[in-house]
Amino acid sequence: MDSKEFIARRIAKELKDGDVVNLGIGLPTLVANYIPEGVNVILQSENGFIGLGQAPEAGKEDKDIVNAGAQLVTIKKAGAYFDSATSFGIIRGGHVHATVLGALEVDEKGNLANHMIPGKMVPGMGGAMDLVNGAKKVIIAMIHTSKGAPKILKKCRLPLTAVGKVGLIVTEMAVIEVTPHGLVLKEIAPGISVEDVLKGTEADLIIDDELKIMEV
Amino acid sequence: MDKIKTIDEIMLHIKDGMTIMIGGFMGVGTPERIIDAIVDSGIKDLTIIANDTGFPSIGIGRLVVNKQVKKVIASHIGLNPETGHQMNSGELIVELVPQGTLAEQIRCGGAGIGGFLTQTGLGTTVEEGKQKINIKGTEYLLELALKADLALIGGSIVDKQGNVFYNASTRNFNPLMATAADVVIVGAEKIVEVGEIDPHHVMTPSIFVDYIYGGKK
Repeated sequence: MDSKEFIARRIAKELKDGDVVNLGIGLPTLVANYIPEGVNVILQSENGFIGLGQAPEAGKEDKDIVNAGAQLVTIKKAGAYFDSATSFGIIRGGHVHATVLGALEVDEKGNLANHMIPGKMVPGMGGAMDLVNGAKKVIIAMIHTSKGAPKILKKCRLPLTAVGKVGLIVTEMAVIEVTPHGLVLKEIAPGISVEDVLKGTEADLIIDDELKIMEV
Repeated sequence: MDKIKTIDEIMLHIKDGMTIMIGGFMGVGTPERIIDAIVDSGIKDLTIIANDTGFPSIGIGRLVVNKQVKKVIASHIGLNPETGHQMNSGELIVELVPQGTLAEQIRCGGAGIGGFLTQTGLGTTVEEGKQKINIKGTEYLLELALKADLALIGGSIVDKQGNVFYNASTRNFNPLMATAADVVIVGAEKIVEVGEIDPHHVMTPSIFVDYIYGGKK
């Protein structure tokens, strides 16, 4: 199993039956593939619908049904379309239980930077700022380091996407919860030591008394 | 009044320097045939308000590639490298706005509301130059309404009176923009007789629509 699948499988276990969930583009999208049987999660696509389904079968594509990454998708039977104001009313209004997003940097205060690298990558925030502010739970899905450099920092250095909104960080090495006291290391991946995690993390970590091994 | 126009008649309403809202999300729901005509016309110095700048060969992206745009107000430009390129070279002003804020600014513009309060963007570059208002201990940013000279809307089925039905995810910003501009033009995939769209299914009432172009008349 590759790292991304491992992360997606672990995050899928965080989702509860009946949750309305928005998955970001890329790694977060993979989470949809691993939602446990019997757990009915309603996926929102911020360009304007709930009930986001799988990619269409060949020959059954509909040019009018796309996700927020402009990929052709399907809508489930109980789905519904709406305009962008309603879509972001759902998001800002607290009607989304969880959002899963990628990150460039996260820090001890739950601050998130995931929308730009000045001078290098300025794609625009899209719906990320609204999602991070409005979703009840913000889960970060990311590879623990960037070419060995920590991404979980004492303080974000890149421009922030939101202040203090991250709840949980899931990487291929660890599950880390953001608490008022700081970052708590809750789980480590099989074959990974606490020292490995600390080495790949700039932020201070509080080791949970009941530290567990990540199960997927 | 006959709202259905030829493309030449439509183009009389689109001029240099205008502020234009264009519906669609990465080209889905964008009236491509009107964009075709703007590209051919050479109209310039446009300010475009839209969710994104599409792709270089799709939607609003083509206006950017053709250097007809002086300013873009959008939430995402990442799938059209040309927008970033012109922004970095100083040819194009780009104002990036959170998507939900942009949608609500346009909704306010069309609904006679001066602005709204949101927590989106607090503590980020988005708050620069904006007023903060504290309501019962919670801080918000004041975001102001947006309006435009013209809105170009993409409708899936449009009746001759201008009632619009948007199919699937083509709806996005279209019904909001249809309320927030002085002149509203719908690029229709299909034009039908009045009465053929059930009033229950009308998503943009005809009163918002000035002109219609398209269909297979």
